[in-house]
Amino acid sequence: MIYLEVPRHLKPIVNQAHQVAKHIFRPISRKYDRAEHEYPKELDMLAALMDGLSAGGGQKGAGADALHREQSTDEGVRNGGNMSTCLGLTELCWGDVGLALSIPRQGLGNAAIAAVADAEQQKRFDGVWAAMAITEPGAGSDSANIRTTARLDGDEWVLNGEKIYVTAGSRADSVVVWATLDRNLGRAAIKSFVVPHGTPGMEVVRLDKKLGIRASDTASITLTDCRIPKENLLGTPDIDTKAGFGGVMQTFDNTRPIVAGMAVGVARAALEHTRKLLEEEGVEVRYRGPLFAKSAAEAELIRMEADWEAGRLLMLKAAWMADNGIPNSTEASMSKAKAARVGNQITLRCVELCGGLGYSEGELLEKWARDSKILDIFEGTQQIQLLIVARRLLGKRSSELR
Amino acid sequence: MNDVMGSGLRMLSRVVDSPLVERLGLEDRAQKLVYEGAKRAAETAARAAKRFSSKRRHDHPRLSKKFDLGLSEEQQLMRDTLRRFADDVMQPAAREADDRSAVPDALLETFGELGAIAMAVPEVLGGAAERVSAVSQMLIVEDLARGDMGLAYAALSPLSFVNALVHWGTEEQQASLLPSFLEGHASSATLAVVEPHPFFDPLAVRATAKKRGPDYVLNGEKSMVALADRAKWFLVGAEIPKVGPRFFLVERDAVGVEVLDEPAMGLRSASLGRLKLDKVRVAAEGLLGGEGALKAEGKAAYEDAVNRGRVAWGAMAIGTAQALLDYVIPYCNERLAFREPISHRQAVAFMVADIAIEIESMRMLVYRAAGRIDAGLRFQREAYLARTLCSEKAMEIGTNGVQLLGGAGFIKDHPVELWYRQLRAIGVMDGNLLL
Repeated sequence: MIYLEVPRHLKPIVNQAHQVAKHIFRPISRKYDRAEHEYPKELDMLAALMDGLSAGGGQKGAGADALHREQSTDEGVRNGGNMSTCLGLTELCWGDVGLALSIPRQGLGNAAIAAVADAEQQKRFDGVWAAMAITEPGAGSDSANIRTTARLDGDEWVLNGEKIYVTAGSRADSVVVWATLDRNLGRAAIKSFVVPHGTPGMEVVRLDKKLGIRASDTASITLTDCRIPKENLLGTPDIDTKAGFGGVMQTFDNTRPIVAGMAVGVARAALEHTRKLLEEEGVEVRYRGPLFAKSAAEAELIRMEADWEAGRLLMLKAAWMADNGIPNSTEASMSKAKAARVGNQITLRCVELCGGLGYSEGELLEKWARDSKILDIFEGTQQIQLLIVARRLLGKRSSELR
Repeated sequence: MNDVMGSGLRMLSRVVDSPLVERLGLEDRAQKLVYEGAKRAAETAARAAKRFSSKRRHDHPRLSKKFDLGLSEEQQLMRDTLRRFADDVMQPAAREADDRSAVPDALLETFGELGAIAMAVPEVLGGAAERVSAVSQMLIVEDLARGDMGLAYAALSPLSFVNALVHWGTEEQQASLLPSFLEGHASSATLAVVEPHPFFDPLAVRATAKKRGPDYVLNGEKSMVALADRAKWFLVGAEIPKVGPRFFLVERDAVGVEVLDEPAMGLRSASLGRLKLDKVRVAAEGLLGGEGALKAEGKAAYEDAVNRGRVAWGAMAIGTAQALLDYVIPYCNERLAFREPISHRQAVAFMVADIAIEIESMRMLVYRAAGRIDAGLRFQREAYLARTLCSEKAMEIGTNGVQLLGGAGFIKDHPVELWYRQLRAIGVMDGNLLL
């Protein structure tokens, strides 16, 4: 039955995230944009708050750990962990994208663990804050080309390599590292490993200064003969060349709709605020009358809202598919491609619509326009999403449509 | 009550008897439709019996209050049937109908046999619908537009007329007009709201309806009216001074009604016409909804119709754009340049990916608006946003479709130039259809 509204049972989670965004993130948003690399100590309080809520039987399920793939059941339609996580992150990023990325125990690595780990590992890594380390200086979008290696020595994996752009890489307790078991076997040999901070051989060598999301630490990490227990390889160590990327790539089917949600959140912040500022200038948004008989500003607000809704609904669709055990690689990429690009365009346009006010640090609009850019880059750039969608539609292998 | 059951079953038996059903290999589907129809009819009868014995039950739609993109079995069934009809009957007929600027009678008859009108009319009014669903109708629009937007426009105009009667007609209006549609005279009515001037706004039409004695006198000009050459009835949107725009049932034979051919960039196969109204007298009974239409409910009904029209045209955009996507994919895979398929180039492949992404974007907005109608939620904003997105993206997809085929896209050997012309209509048409 076609019904594309947020279900009532998820509204408490959305509301909870919104309260956090409004009362915790917004007031400190500018502070940590200016004080890059300073640890937002308010987040420890937030973590405690969230732990308290879940221990007290309050709303749970907006976290990255709720992202496991549901098996299809006969119980009817599910609106579960994927949808609630997307909606929760949407709200948090309405508050502040950088801070949302810095919430303890909600790292992208947690999403990877949720997606790929077996039951024993899920239990063992429960409560861990895990960052995700994929990109290397010589391998960005072509993640199959990574050079970090993992070699089995007795009961331990020995990791060597260099990782960059690791979100929450210095603050997290652990890093999920992508490494290859055999560079000659291509993507099938790439596995993910949980490396706890403090493990000898893993070192944070640098924190990047960035265009946006400055409240979030972005680390460079080196691995030098870094030894971890054999059991810290997520999923299976078997190299199945037919399954290809299999496991590790599956993470993206769950995380891309979340990034879409993040873009939806920050874009909504910009749209709402711009609308408020323009209302003070006498621009009112009415959903009637010909678009071209309106003022350019009103028409632009409506056009942006339509695009924004498309991004939001595509995100919900991809999450709904994941919740119901329907393969969603294409839809996950579609949602991220659409939401991230319109998110970026909207935040940038809102700066323009508000003129000097939008451009100055007196408002958060210019910050949102800087923060939104990363969302069209990490977890697969716009172009990578288009490649994925195009290959699927056209039935092409990566060797044909490069 | 037997009559209710009877007319529903009559409708279904017509579907099964249709030679088309056999030709399309749809016997299984048709049988299933009959089975479902019979089951429903039996259930209705049982319910009706109950109703006589007990108090009338309130029949609220039982909504799953969860986000859901799944179709009901009945919707899926209708969808499969209409897709076959679109691919096997409409698409092959589209080119010639466009060349001749006329819809083939046989096609309308065949469409009538598929029972879409019966599904739009509740059982209590003699139709076959247990519950009238905007989502089900939206799916019909999408699937027909996949066959051809112009032919779909022709087929859907009588359906829109019927919808208006069902939603807002008085009992008398329903009783006098609905039976002829349910008996299969499907091509005898159409909608006339759109007017030929820039900044057209369906809520601010220039056509007027002034009270003169017991009658209304209509003046004005309506544009892009489907089936203009053969419609016996026009549902005309006209402004009643000091009241607002309302719908009037205008007969083709009334004095002062003139119909002219109005060939256009696209939608030609809908037999487009310009409707001129010069001091046309319409009796008070011709005001849709009767006396009540003069009050607030009449305003609400008219606005509802405008919003429903936007959802319908959005669904048109989706259907035609999907046909285009399904066509350019094999073309780009087969067409060689520089010794490999052009689809191996990102410049080409990304365009294809973008078409798919924007189709899905349009689909989400349109489905959401329709879903809200069925859930009884306000949907003006959603319909407006859907129209805004679809106007822009439909045009973009049309032009990119031609671009992907290059010179081949520009000539009439391929259907993309036709889709290019049809898809431009979405931004123009704001009225003349409704769910």
